[in-house]
Amino acid sequence: MLGLLASILDGVLIGAVYGLAGMGITLIWGVMDVVNLTHGAMIVAGMFGTYLLVSAAGIPVYATLPIVLVGGFLVGVPLYWIAVHRVIGQPPLMSLLSTFAVNLVLVGLGTAVWGTDLFNVPASLPGFSMGRYTFPGTHLMAAALTAVIAGVLYLFLYRTRIGKAVRAVSANREAAELVGIPTARVLAMAFGIGVALACVAGMLISTMFPFTVLSGDAYQLKSFLVTVLGGLGNPTGALVAGVALGLVEGLTTPFVPVSWTLVIEFVLFVVVLIAVPGGLMQLLRWRRS
Amino acid sequence: MKKILLAAALGVFAAMPAFADNTITIGMTVSKTGPLNVDSVSQLRGSELWRDEVNAAGGIKVGNKHYKVRFVEYDDQSVGGRVQQLYTRLILQDKAQFLFGPYSSGLVATAAVISEQYGKIMLIGGGAEGKTYTLGNKYLFQCITRAGEYLSGAIAELKEHNPHAKIAFVYSDDPFSKAVVAAAKKAAVAAGFTVAMDESYPPSTTDFTAVINKVISSGADTFFGGGHYADGATLARQLHDQKAGMKWVSILVAPDSEKFKTLGAAADGITVPSQWEPQVKYKADFGPSVEQFTAEYVLKYKDLPDYHAASGYVVGLILQHAIEQAHSIDPEKVTAALNKTDAHTFFGQVKFATDPGHHGLQVAHQMVLAQWQMKDGKLVKQMVWPDAARTAAVVYPLP
Amino acid sequence: MTILRRPFFWIIAAVIALFAVAPSVGNNVELRENLLLAAVYITLASNINMMLGYAGYVNFGSIVFFGLGGYFCVWLMSAHGWPLLAALLAGGCAVSALALLFGLGILRLRGVYFALATIGVNEGVMAFVANFGPWGGSSGIYLSPMLFQPLGGPARALWVIYYLLVGVMGLSLYLSYAVKRSKFGLGLRAIGQNEDAAAVLGVRTPRFKAAVYSLSAFLPAIAGGLYFFKSAFIQPPDAFDLQFSTETIVIAMLGGQGTVAGPALGAYLYEELRGWLLTSPTFSHFQLVIAGVLLLAIVLFAPGGLMGWLYRRWPRLRDYFE
Repeated sequence: MLGLLASILDGVLIGAVYGLAGMGITLIWGVMDVVNLTHGAMIVAGMFGTYLLVSAAGIPVYATLPIVLVGGFLVGVPLYWIAVHRVIGQPPLMSLLSTFAVNLVLVGLGTAVWGTDLFNVPASLPGFSMGRYTFPGTHLMAAALTAVIAGVLYLFLYRTRIGKAVRAVSANREAAELVGIPTARVLAMAFGIGVALACVAGMLISTMFPFTVLSGDAYQLKSFLVTVLGGLGNPTGALVAGVALGLVEGLTTPFVPVSWTLVIEFVLFVVVLIAVPGGLMQLLRWRRS
Repeated sequence: MKKILLAAALGVFAAMPAFADNTITIGMTVSKTGPLNVDSVSQLRGSELWRDEVNAAGGIKVGNKHYKVRFVEYDDQSVGGRVQQLYTRLILQDKAQFLFGPYSSGLVATAAVISEQYGKIMLIGGGAEGKTYTLGNKYLFQCITRAGEYLSGAIAELKEHNPHAKIAFVYSDDPFSKAVVAAAKKAAVAAGFTVAMDESYPPSTTDFTAVINKVISSGADTFFGGGHYADGATLARQLHDQKAGMKWVSILVAPDSEKFKTLGAAADGITVPSQWEPQVKYKADFGPSVEQFTAEYVLKYKDLPDYHAASGYVVGLILQHAIEQAHSIDPEKVTAALNKTDAHTFFGQVKFATDPGHHGLQVAHQMVLAQWQMKDGKLVKQMVWPDAARTAAVVYPLP
Repeated sequence: MTILRRPFFWIIAAVIALFAVAPSVGNNVELRENLLLAAVYITLASNINMMLGYAGYVNFGSIVFFGLGGYFCVWLMSAHGWPLLAALLAGGCAVSALALLFGLGILRLRGVYFALATIGVNEGVMAFVANFGPWGGSSGIYLSPMLFQPLGGPARALWVIYYLLVGVMGLSLYLSYAVKRSKFGLGLRAIGQNEDAAAVLGVRTPRFKAAVYSLSAFLPAIAGGLYFFKSAFIQPPDAFDLQFSTETIVIAMLGGQGTVAGPALGAYLYEELRGWLLTSPTFSHFQLVIAGVLLLAIVLFAPGGLMGWLYRRWPRLRDYFE
C-alpha cells in the first residue's frame, strides 16, 4: 500500500515536469497554430546546456536555471525567423515539415558531437523518506521549480502588456495587426518563450535522470500527449494534464511490467486524439482564455 | 642501361603481387558509438593487440609463407540495421577473407545471417547467446562461454551465504540478458531460492527509479540483472542512491569494465560474472600466458584488460592457430581445423560443438565471478568463485 | 488502352527493366545490394506519396506498414511453414486490413493531429510487439537458413528476393500513376486542396481517405516481408524505425510530392547519398543533418521538389513524365 502511494507521489512529481514541457508546445501551438517539432531537440539542448554549465563552468546545478531559461529564449527567437516565419500562412503541413527538418539537423549535429553516450548531471539533494521508500530531493525540487515557473508564466500572460499582446495575437492575428501590435515580433517572442520552457524542462529532467542526445524524442511524445490531453493553447491545462499523466504512470507501474507503460501511453494518446481533441479541459468545460 | 631498368621494373612487378597475396584481410564492425561502445571498443583493443603482435612476429605462418594481418572495420553505431549492410560490404567490396563478429548477441545474430549467406568464417568474441547456433550454420565459432552459464557461479556462491534468498531479476530486454536470466531462474528455483520479481526493461531505459521501487516492494534481498554497460552502471548507482537494501547484487557486463569503479561507493560489493580476469591461473599451450597478455595490454593501453579485451584477443589467436594447423587459408580447410580445436589458452579452454544442431557453440570455456572490494581505501576487482581461482573471500552482505 | 500510348508508362517499364537487368549481367552482387535498398526506398516513397502528395496528409508513422508486413511474413514462414509468396500476400492483405481499422479511427483527424496520431500508432505498435510473445517480443524472430532451401539455397534466394522486390517497386510506380490519372486520384487531390470544399462538392472524403490509407499499406507490407525475409531476422526497433519513415517523407518531398517520378528520383538520389555516408568515418553521423537541411531547404524554397524545379525549367517534360 505504501508502495503504491510512493509510486503515485513520485509520478505526480515527475508529471509536473511533463506539464512544464507540455506548456512549451501548447503556447506555441495556441498562439500561432504551429506544432513545434523541434521541441524534443530543445529539451535535449536544455539538458546538455545544464551539463556543460555544470561540468565545464562549474556553476551550481540549480543556478543554471535562469541561464538556461534566457538561453532558450535567445535560441528560440532566431529559430522562429529561420524555420517558421516563412511558412506561417501556408498549409499546416509546411510548418510541420520545417520544424521537423530543423529537429533532424539538431539531433544529427548533437549525435555527431556527443554520440549516443549517456550523460549525467550530478545533482543531489537530501531526499525525503517514507518507510523504505525514498523520494529523491531532486524530484521534489523539480516539481517546486515547475510550479514557480508556471506561476511566472501566468503573471506574464495576464499581468503584463506584452503578455496581453501575445494573447491578442493568439485570439485573432488580423485584429491584433489592425490595432497596431507588431504581430511578427510578438510571434517570435512567443516562440522564444515556448522554446525557453522546453529548455528549462530539459534542465530539470537532467537533474533527475541520465540522458542521451536521443532522449528528446521520448519526452517530446509525452509533451504532445500532455498538450493534447490539456487542450491545445491552454498552459494551465498542460500543467494539469502533465500531473495527470504522471499519476497514470505512477498508478500503472506497480501493477504492470514496466515495458507495458509505453503501450498504455500511446494507446491513451491516440484515443484522446480521436475521442476528445479538446482535451481534459474540454471535458471539464474550462474555457480557453 | 635499358636492360637494368627493365630488370628492375620486372623485379618490382614480381615482388608486388607477392606482397598483396601475403595479407589476410579480416573484416568486422565495431560499436564505436552508441550504448554498446564501452564494451565493443574494449573488444577491438584486444583484437588489435593480437594483430600488432602477430605482425611484429612476421605474420601468420602458412606452410612456408607468412601472411600479415589487416583489419577492415566499420562503426555499426550499436544499431542492428547497419550491421548487415556493413558486413555485406566487408565481404563484397573489401574482400574480407575472415570475419570477427560485432559486440553483443543481438548484433551477432544479424551478422551471422550474412556470413552464412556468403559462406565466410566468423569468429565470435562478443555474443554469448546460444540460440544463433541452433539455427543451422557451418561457419560460426563462438569463443566465449554461452549466456546460460553466466550466473551459475553467483548462484552457487549465494547458496553458501543465504540459502533462503529472495531474488529480484531485473534485466534488459535483449537476447543476451534474457538468455542469461532464463537459465539463472531455473537454477535459482532448483537451488531452493524464491523468485520475488522477474521483469525486463526496454534496453533504451535510462532511469530505473520506478523499477527499483518495485524491487523494494517485492521484498527481495538479492538482485540479479542488468544488460550492458550503460544500464548496468545506472542500475548500480540508483540501487545505491535509493537505498534499496540489497544484500547481494550481481550485475551483467557493466561491473567488469574498469570504468565501473568511478561509481565509488555504489560499486562496492557488486559482483559480476566474468569470462576472464587478470588473476586467472590458466596455462597456455600457445600464445601469451595470462601474465604476458595482461602486461602487454597494460603497456599499450595504460589500463587493466577486462574480459572483452581478452575475448577480442583470443578470437584472433584461435583463428591464427587454426590457419597454422590447416597450413592453408582456404575456408574449408580452416573450418575443419577450427572444428578440431581443443585449445588451452590464457583465456581458458576453447572447444566448439560440431553437431549440426549446435555447430559453433562454445562447450569448454568456463565463467568466473568477480567482486569489487575495498582494499586499502581503493576499489579493486577480486575473483571470488570458483574456489580454485579465488583471490579473496567474498564480501557478504553488501557493504 | 490509351495508357499504353503515354510515354511515361514506358519510362517506368524501362526503369524496371534496368533494375532487373543491370546487376544480372555478370552476377554483380554488389550492384544488386545497392539497387535493392534503392528499390525499397522507391517503393516506400511512392506509396507514402499517395497520401502525402495527393491527399495532403502526412503519415509520419508509415513505416508501421513495412514492419508489420515484415512480421507477418516472417512469422508465417517460421512458425507455420508457409511458402514465401503465400506469406507475402497474406501479410499484405493483413496489413491493409489493419490499416483500414486504424484508419477508421485516426482519419477523422485533420492535419497536425493526424500526423501526430500516426506517430502514436507506430510507437504504440512497436511497444506492443516488443511485449508480444508469439512474435518473439523484444528479441524478435530469427529465421533458420533452412528456409532458403526451397528457393535453391541462400545465393539463389537472394536473387529471387531481389527480382520480387523490383516487381513490387514497379507495381508501386504503376499504382501511383494509375491512381493519379483516375477519378479516385482526382478526388484525393481535391481533398488535398481543400477538404471541406471537396466534401461539399460530393467527394466522399471518409471513404477516399480510408481507401488510400489502406491501399498505401499493401505494397510496403509486401516489401517489408521481402526485406526482413532477406535479413533472416526481425526485431521491433528495426521493423518500426521512425527514422526510416522520416527519410521516406524527405525523399518524397525532395523528389517532388504529388508526382510519380519525384519519389522515385528522390529515393534513388538519397539512397546513393546514404550509401556513401554509411562508411565515411567523418560523415556517417551527418546522415540526419543532411536529410534535415535538404528538407528545410525544400520546404522553405522549393516545395515542388526536384520535379517541380525540372518542370519549371523544361515545361515540355510534363508531356513525358508524371
